[in-house]
Amino acid sequence: MFRPRAPGEAITLSSKRVEEIDRVAIRFAGDSGDGMQLTGTKFTETTALAGNDLSTFPDFPAEIRAPAGSVAGVSGFQIHFASRDVRTPADAPDVLVAMNPAALKANVRDLRPGGMLIVNSDAFTDKNLKLAGYDSDPLPALRDTHQLVEIPLTRLNREAVKDLTFSQRDADRSKNFFALGLMYWLYGRPIESTVEWIEQRFTGDAREANRRVLLAGYHFGETTELFPVSYVVPRAKIEPGAYRNITGNQALALGIIAAGVQMSRPVFLGAYPITPASDVLHELARHRNFGVRTFQAEDEIAAAGAAIGAAYAGHLAICTTSGPGMVLKQEAVNLAYMTELPVVIVDVQRVGPSTGIPTKVEQGDLLLALFGRNSDSMLPVIAAASPGDCFHAVLEAFHIAVKYMTPVVLLSDAYLANSSEPWRVPAVEMLPRHPVTLRSEPDGFEPYSRNPETLARDWAVPGTKGLEHRIGGLEKEDVTGNISYSPENHERMQRLRAEKIERIVQDVPAAETFGPDRGDVLVVGWGSTQGAIESAVEEAQQDGLSASSVHLRWLHPLPANLGDLLRRFRRVLVPELNHGQLAMLLRARYLVDAQSYSKVQGQPFKVREIRARIEALARGEA
Amino acid sequence: MAETAPATRKDFVSSQDVRWCPGCGDYSILSNIQKVMPELGVPRENVVFVSGIGCSSRFPYYMNTFGFHTIHGRAPSFASGIKLARPELSVWVVTGDGDGLSIGGNHLLHTIRRNIDLQILLFNNRVYGLTKGQYSPTSRLGMKSKSSPQGSLDHPIDPIRFALGAGATFVARTVDVDAKHLQETLHRAHAHKGTAFVEILQNCPVFNDGEWNEVEDKKTRDAATLVLRAGQPLVCGDEDNRHGIRMEHGRPTLVPLPAGTDPREVGITVHNEASDSPAYSYQLATLARPRFPLPIGVLRCVSRPTYEELLDDQVQEAIEQRGRGDLRKLLHSGDTWTVGG
Ligand code: SF4
Repeated sequence: MFRPRAPGEAITLSSKRVEEIDRVAIRFAGDSGDGMQLTGTKFTETTALAGNDLSTFPDFPAEIRAPAGSVAGVSGFQIHFASRDVRTPADAPDVLVAMNPAALKANVRDLRPGGMLIVNSDAFTDKNLKLAGYDSDPLPALRDTHQLVEIPLTRLNREAVKDLTFSQRDADRSKNFFALGLMYWLYGRPIESTVEWIEQRFTGDAREANRRVLLAGYHFGETTELFPVSYVVPRAKIEPGAYRNITGNQALALGIIAAGVQMSRPVFLGAYPITPASDVLHELARHRNFGVRTFQAEDEIAAAGAAIGAAYAGHLAICTTSGPGMVLKQEAVNLAYMTELPVVIVDVQRVGPSTGIPTKVEQGDLLLALFGRNSDSMLPVIAAASPGDCFHAVLEAFHIAVKYMTPVVLLSDAYLANSSEPWRVPAVEMLPRHPVTLRSEPDGFEPYSRNPETLARDWAVPGTKGLEHRIGGLEKEDVTGNISYSPENHERMQRLRAEKIERIVQDVPAAETFGPDRGDVLVVGWGSTQGAIESAVEEAQQDGLSASSVHLRWLHPLPANLGDLLRRFRRVLVPELNHGQLAMLLRARYLVDAQSYSKVQGQPFKVREIRARIEALARGEA
Repeated sequence: MAETAPATRKDFVSSQDVRWCPGCGDYSILSNIQKVMPELGVPRENVVFVSGIGCSSRFPYYMNTFGFHTIHGRAPSFASGIKLARPELSVWVVTGDGDGLSIGGNHLLHTIRRNIDLQILLFNNRVYGLTKGQYSPTSRLGMKSKSSPQGSLDHPIDPIRFALGAGATFVARTVDVDAKHLQETLHRAHAHKGTAFVEILQNCPVFNDGEWNEVEDKKTRDAATLVLRAGQPLVCGDEDNRHGIRMEHGRPTLVPLPAGTDPREVGITVHNEASDSPAYSYQLATLARPRFPLPIGVLRCVSRPTYEELLDDQVQEAIEQRGRGDLRKLLHSGDTWTVGG
């Protein structure tokens, strides 16, 4: 098998200067057909292997086939890596690799002022400029404002593969590997694992082409005059252990399987394809050897119905969906609330209303998750904070669902679903074990008698002799579960069901502040914004401001000490990717003057955006 | 351990008061199902009745088995989840013409095509009873009801043809008050592996009284119905007034059969419920009053693997190929690297 030169060797051979930096953010951008997600993913894997901490943000178009060369068809992948802790994919990339004018147009305004801009100059034809909506060539002006590096990437690529037999069109497909190889050289990344991957993944001419082009890109960096310096980003100090890169959706799928193992119950997933949640269905469908049953239903409602049916029959049941599907499921979920059956509903939130922008992030479904059903039936809601946290959040959701016999909503979002981070693989022995007890004793069985501590009823599944009973959506008599229309009984049952959910607070850890537990500004967040909020708070603290933050994992019930904590700060800031849903809840619940900071652009928060708000509040300007 | 006496009808009667209107056809269906249950030999705890919303959907409350009264139109979805999770259970869906074919039409369609081993009993009274008398998807065109004072504009759907169109492996029709035929049909439905779809013609004396009079009344039913028997010619009526059905080029003809005529000799079609193509059953299903007698019995019964068998096969296959799932291995799969302490 071919072995390339070791990167260290390459660097010593080269006369170029090597500079050490502690962090960098790179964005690869190109047409959807240019393979930018693959390029980004490979760069990420290599960077993780190189020992850096990192965070990624894939940003792809909602249309599967937007017109080639158009701004709507631009796909991007940003990676932020460092020799220290990385919490976000970074506000602004330091380097932008733009494969065509549309990619430049869609991304250049995000590039850090003076940042490095690498373009495929061959793609800057009149036709492509027009497709991207440029009246004239934008490159001349950019030469003054950025470190512009123009590379005839298409030609260099064709040159590298010219003796291979395939068409020019096929040849052009490998040019993303040129960019990848070049970036490997520029940031001192080892190239071997990608070469190995190419050799396993491709066959024939494609294998040879991709391999050659990757190396050509690498060597081009070394030999060209265009790059006087290359960089190294030393390893980060990371907690010892085994690591892998993981996206939120992958973590979710692993967590679901782990829940089945740890709780010793078979898993049932009911799902209907929907962006950005479908990956979880795909991933689970591959693991039937864990006894996992996946059921692709005819619609969102049937997916929920089947999952609840499986829960009724004693399985660990879960549905994965996104906003529009979440809405459709609510009647079925309310039945699970009423019949007190354990089921986890995952909403991978995306931009709405209605179809919205299916691939982009929003936190707009919080109130829907909490309240979006007929009558008072507030559900327990937990939100994952990072891609890797999706694993732990789903384990926790299952535990609570079964312990309290209730549906639990787990909120993820399009950003968590697709972005990745290095994830310390948990030791199986360290994972919580929550063995499940099904009712088997017929003596004294009443379908709605309750555990005095949790108020949960028994999980009494079909097939158990002596436990035959009927449940349904009609109001039921306390204890016996027989249909009852008595006014007093209904009020008692409504209170019991709600109180049961309130009692989950026993299992919700107290809220802890990031930073001092009293001061001027407390930033309260939930879900995927944790990284940006904590980075902003840290920067504010370094600037001498009195700021802390608290991250809410459980949105209902809220941690018992939250009210007290909120009152220890002069100002409360609530950044959310919605119109202020949590802020409204906090104001209503605690009568505190929580200030909403709302952003709904389908993009995550930038650290500096939150930091500016903190500064304004701390200085009394807002 | 000594088992108590074999189950009887009474064992399947729950303690709940039955709350249908007096004279409702549902009473007869309930009592016949309770009669059949002990004969099926399924332990009571392994029987689950699942329903949606409507008069018929109160059914599970009256059965002393496991029961799940779910939401409007969705019973097949819940039942699918139960059966896929626990294939050893005997799962029965009780639905109505509104529940099953209007709001729940989509679920019924997909459940049937998957061939999950469920018994689906659709009580067809051609009206919305629980909401007090609106026309339903099976109501006749022009039916005057509260929501259609000038007559319904909806072309009705025929449950049997719907089920055949969805690829059902078992399709039957029976009548609420015909105890013997109803029981026989339930036995057949239970014996079938796969989705057994049974339309039960049911009278709603309050909102659509007499809709099925001809086929319910002992005096008229012989002439009004064509009782299907596998391997027997399609013949209806009594000795004095006998007719047979001849299917020719896809068109049915009603042929008078004078006393003493052998139906086979005059080319009367012999009922083949296991025909390769559903076209024959579909033609049979087009027979309708008043031109033809209404077919009663099993229109189609063919064998196809059930969804849950295939799913279990896939689970077994995955285990054989990759071994039983090992969580540690799974968590460490893909590219991993180790950071030293
Ligand atoms: S309304 Fe009709 S179908 Fe409903 S219970 Fe009364 S008689 Fe039976």
